[in-house]
Amino acid sequence: MNIYLQTLSRDLRVALRNPSSILNPLLFFIISVSLFPLAISPEAATLSQIAAGIIWVASMLAVLLSLNALFHHDFDNGVLEQMVTSHHSLPLLILSKITAHWLLTGVPIILLSPLLGVFLFLDEEGIKVLMMTLLLATPSLSLIGSIGASLIVGIKNSGMLLSLLILPLYIPILIFASSAVSQAQFGLDISGQLYFLAMFLVLSLMSAPFVSAIALKISLE
Amino acid sequence: MSSLVINNLSCQRGYNQLFSDLSFRVETGEILRITGANGSGKTSLLKILAGVNIHEQGSIELDQHRVKSDEYQQEVFYLGHQAALSAELTSLENLEFLSALNQPVKRDSLIQALVDIGLKGYEDEYCANLSAGQKRRVILASLFVSNAKVWLLDEPFTALDPKGVEIVENRITQHCTNGGLCLFTTHQDSALPNQRMISL
Repeated sequence: MNIYLQTLSRDLRVALRNPSSILNPLLFFIISVSLFPLAISPEAATLSQIAAGIIWVASMLAVLLSLNALFHHDFDNGVLEQMVTSHHSLPLLILSKITAHWLLTGVPIILLSPLLGVFLFLDEEGIKVLMMTLLLATPSLSLIGSIGASLIVGIKNSGMLLSLLILPLYIPILIFASSAVSQAQFGLDISGQLYFLAMFLVLSLMSAPFVSAIALKISLE
Repeated sequence: MSSLVINNLSCQRGYNQLFSDLSFRVETGEILRITGANGSGKTSLLKILAGVNIHEQGSIELDQHRVKSDEYQQEVFYLGHQAALSAELTSLENLEFLSALNQPVKRDSLIQALVDIGLKGYEDEYCANLSAGQKRRVILASLFVSNAKVWLLDEPFTALDPKGVEIVENRITQHCTNGGLCLFTTHQDSALPNQRMISL
């Protein structure tokens, strides 16, 4: 457990000393969301209908943008090799890297989402549900993303490949999360969607660190 | 007494058979130097012994514990080509993390290890600002504070000045007289006493 916290604090420290790596995806998130009203329509009725979809798509792409860096530096400088040869459990080390990734991308996205929701005239109930879905599902985005990131770690210019690998796995989350928000706006029950997102989280928490560990070992060959 | 026993080890990279049916054993106190031309598989051999996956066949055991088991990995320290340091961290922070990956060591001992390896005054320097030789010294410091019995050193003398080489050679000798064993590769002349050679 100790090594989990130590890896986590190391990763956070490395990221905070190189803030552009955290800020780039977040700026992308804010900018892409704020462009939609300019392109579609500034009308409240139109925007509030599509707000959840826009914010969800943008946050998914922002996470995708940040995933490249998850293992890349540690692969380049040889730290990953030390992690693999260490006697500590590799899935645990990976889980702490994923936690750091979520704290640095998922959490800021959740915190920014009410502001962007207000930009897009999302009502109070909609914002509440939007934050709830983000809270439930952004950890899954980091977890599933780590599988793709560990598969492409040794490959140069692999951004496109990462999207191809990961986006299909993100689509169920996107569908259920955005439909939860739009149903909540009509006052409908959304427990089904939330249960699905929670199930997805548990499932990816149980499997992603292990699958990533295997993929990383293959990438290091 | 411990011994590292390698039996019928073969390794293939791409279409190249690097080595096949390699069998040897290394006993406590021994220093084994692996020699061979560039591309003969020295690094691959050390990586396999360190537990990194490479297309390999054969068995590797340290006191009946197989490679990749926790007991085996705990006793092995692998020093690769790369510095294994993050540019954003100071040498002490890097050392703290690297030693935590093996065995956690008290901060005072880590600072002492940096002083011993000739990095006094560089504890709080970012690794981005260190020279290649100094980076090498930081990771060597993490080797020296580890409790690992088996040292697998891939070109440990690269980028080191003669004084640094002497420090490392002394530590290797000391480690092996204290019941450790060491396998290393180098293209430089090495003055280590009692070294056994195998050629790939």
